[in-house]
Amino acid sequence: MIVIFGIFLLTLLVITAIAIVRTDNLFVAVMLMGIASLLIAANFFLLDAADVALTEAAVGAGISTVLFLGALALTSERERAKSSNRLLSFIVVAAAALILIYATFDKPRFGDPEAPVQTHVAPWYLEKTPEYIDIPNVVTAVLGSFRGYDTLGEVFVVFTAGIGVLFLLGGGKATGTVPEEKINEGLRHHLIPRVVGRILIPFILLFGLYVQFHGEYGPGGGFQAGAIIAAAIILFALLEGEKRALSVLPERVLLGLMACGPLLYGAVGLAGILLGGNFLDYSVLSSDPVKGQQLGILLIEAGVGITVTGVLLGIFHAFAARGR
Amino acid sequence: MYYAVTIATLVTMALALLRAVLGPSVYDRVLAVNMLGTKTVLLLSVIAFLYGRPDFLDLALAYALINFIGVLAVLEFFRSRALRRSAERGARQ
Amino acid sequence: MSALLDTLSWVLLTLGGLSVLVGGIGALRMPDLYTRMHAASVTDSLGAILVLGGIMLQAGWSLATIKLIAILLFLLLTSPTSSNALASAALLAGTRPFAEAGQDEEAPK
Repeated sequence: MIVIFGIFLLTLLVITAIAIVRTDNLFVAVMLMGIASLLIAANFFLLDAADVALTEAAVGAGISTVLFLGALALTSERERAKSSNRLLSFIVVAAAALILIYATFDKPRFGDPEAPVQTHVAPWYLEKTPEYIDIPNVVTAVLGSFRGYDTLGEVFVVFTAGIGVLFLLGGGKATGTVPEEKINEGLRHHLIPRVVGRILIPFILLFGLYVQFHGEYGPGGGFQAGAIIAAAIILFALLEGEKRALSVLPERVLLGLMACGPLLYGAVGLAGILLGGNFLDYSVLSSDPVKGQQLGILLIEAGVGITVTGVLLGIFHAFAARGR
Repeated sequence: MYYAVTIATLVTMALALLRAVLGPSVYDRVLAVNMLGTKTVLLLSVIAFLYGRPDFLDLALAYALINFIGVLAVLEFFRSRALRRSAERGARQ
Repeated sequence: MSALLDTLSWVLLTLGGLSVLVGGIGALRMPDLYTRMHAASVTDSLGAILVLGGIMLQAGWSLATIKLIAILLFLLLTSPTSSNALASAALLAGTRPFAEAGQDEEAPK
C-alpha cells in the first residue's frame, strides 16, 4: 500500500517536471520546483529515510525557492528564445537516459533481502554502532563517524560553494533607480505577516537548535539544522528588510561562520592526531572511547551546522544586496 | 482508517498540482503551492502514525515552518519587482 | 473508554479527510482567485484541525501529542497569514474579484 502511495507521488512528480519544462515563465518554473522538492521529500519519507527527507524539505522547499526568487529579481522573468541545435542535445539526452535505464537492469529488486547492501554493509553498521558509538540514530553514526571523511569533504564543498558565490556576486553596489529606503524596508508595512513572522522566528530558531542536538536520537543533524536556522534569519530579512538583517548579523560574522565551521571540523580531526590516534579518530578524545565518539560527533555536527548557516546566509545576502 | 485519510490527502495534492499547472495567473499557482505545502504536513503526520514512528513528526513540524517562508519570499519578490518597475517607468518619463 | 476514543478518532479522521477533499475540489473548480482562496483555506484550517485532532486521540498522552499540538498551532498561525498576504498582494497588483464587472486589469500572467 505504501508502495502505491510512493508511485502516486512519483507520478505527480513526473507531471510537475513536464510542466516545468514546458512553461517559459521562469517564475512559474520556480514555484513548480518548490512543489517538486516537496513531492520528493514526501517520497523519501515514504521510503523511511527521515534524515534525507528533512534535509530535502528544509533546503529544497524553503531556501532554494528564496534563492531562485532572488536570482529572478536580478534577471528577467521570461526564458530567452530557444537555441536552434535541438537534435544534438536530444541525441545526447536520449543516449544518457538509455545508458541509465540499462544500468538499472543489473540492480537487485527493490527491497530484496539478498541484495549485497543488505547482507554485508547494513548488518555490519547495525551491529557495530551500539558497540562503538552507542547512539540510537545509525544514520548519524555512519555520517559522523564511520564515514567521517565523506562528511568532511561535504563540508568543504559547501564552503567552496559559498566562496564561489561570493567571488561572483559579492560587493555589488546599488544601481540607484529605486530609492534605497523603499527597497530596504521589506514587508514592514504589511502588518499581519510582520507580526506573525516575528512571533515565529524565535520558535524556528529554537527548533533549529533542537534538530541540531537531537540528531543523535532522531532525524536531524548539522545540515538540516543549518538550513532551518538560516531559514529563520532569511525570514527576518524578508520581513524587516535587508539592512536591518545585516545590522543584526553583519557580513563579517557571516564570513566568520563560513570559515569557522570547516575549521572546527578539521580541528577535531587534528585533535585526534595530537592525542595519539588517527585523523578523525574520535575514540581518543576522551578516556572512554564510546564517550569520545559521542563527543566527536557532537563537535563535528556543530561544525557542519555552522558552515551551512553561514554559507546559506552569505549566498542570500550576496543575491539580495546586488540588485538594488 | 489512516489509509482513507492518506488517500484523500493524496487526491487533494493531485488537485492542487492541477491548479498549479493550469492556474491562469501567478497568484493561483502560489496558492496551489501553499496548499500543497500544508497538505504535505498533514500527509507526513498521518504516515508517521501509519508507520508507528511518532518521532518522525519533526519533519512535519519543520515543513509547517518552512512553507510559510516560501510564500513570504514570493510576496517580497512581487513587492520589489513592482517598486522597480514603477521606478523605471518614472525614470523613463 | 478506549472504544469511545477510537470511534471519536474515526469520526474526526473521516470528517477531516472529507473536508480536505472538498477543499481540493473547490480549489480546482471555483471561478476566481479569491473564491479559490476560500476553498483552499477550508483545507488548511478545518481539515488540519480534524485530521490532527483525530491522530491526537489515537496517540494518547505522550510526546507525540505535544508535537502534534505544536504542528497544529503553527499551521493555524501561518496558513491564514499566508492567505492574507497573498490576497493583499493580488489586490495591490490589480486582480479584481469575479463579482465585479471588469476582469483582471494588470494581473501578471
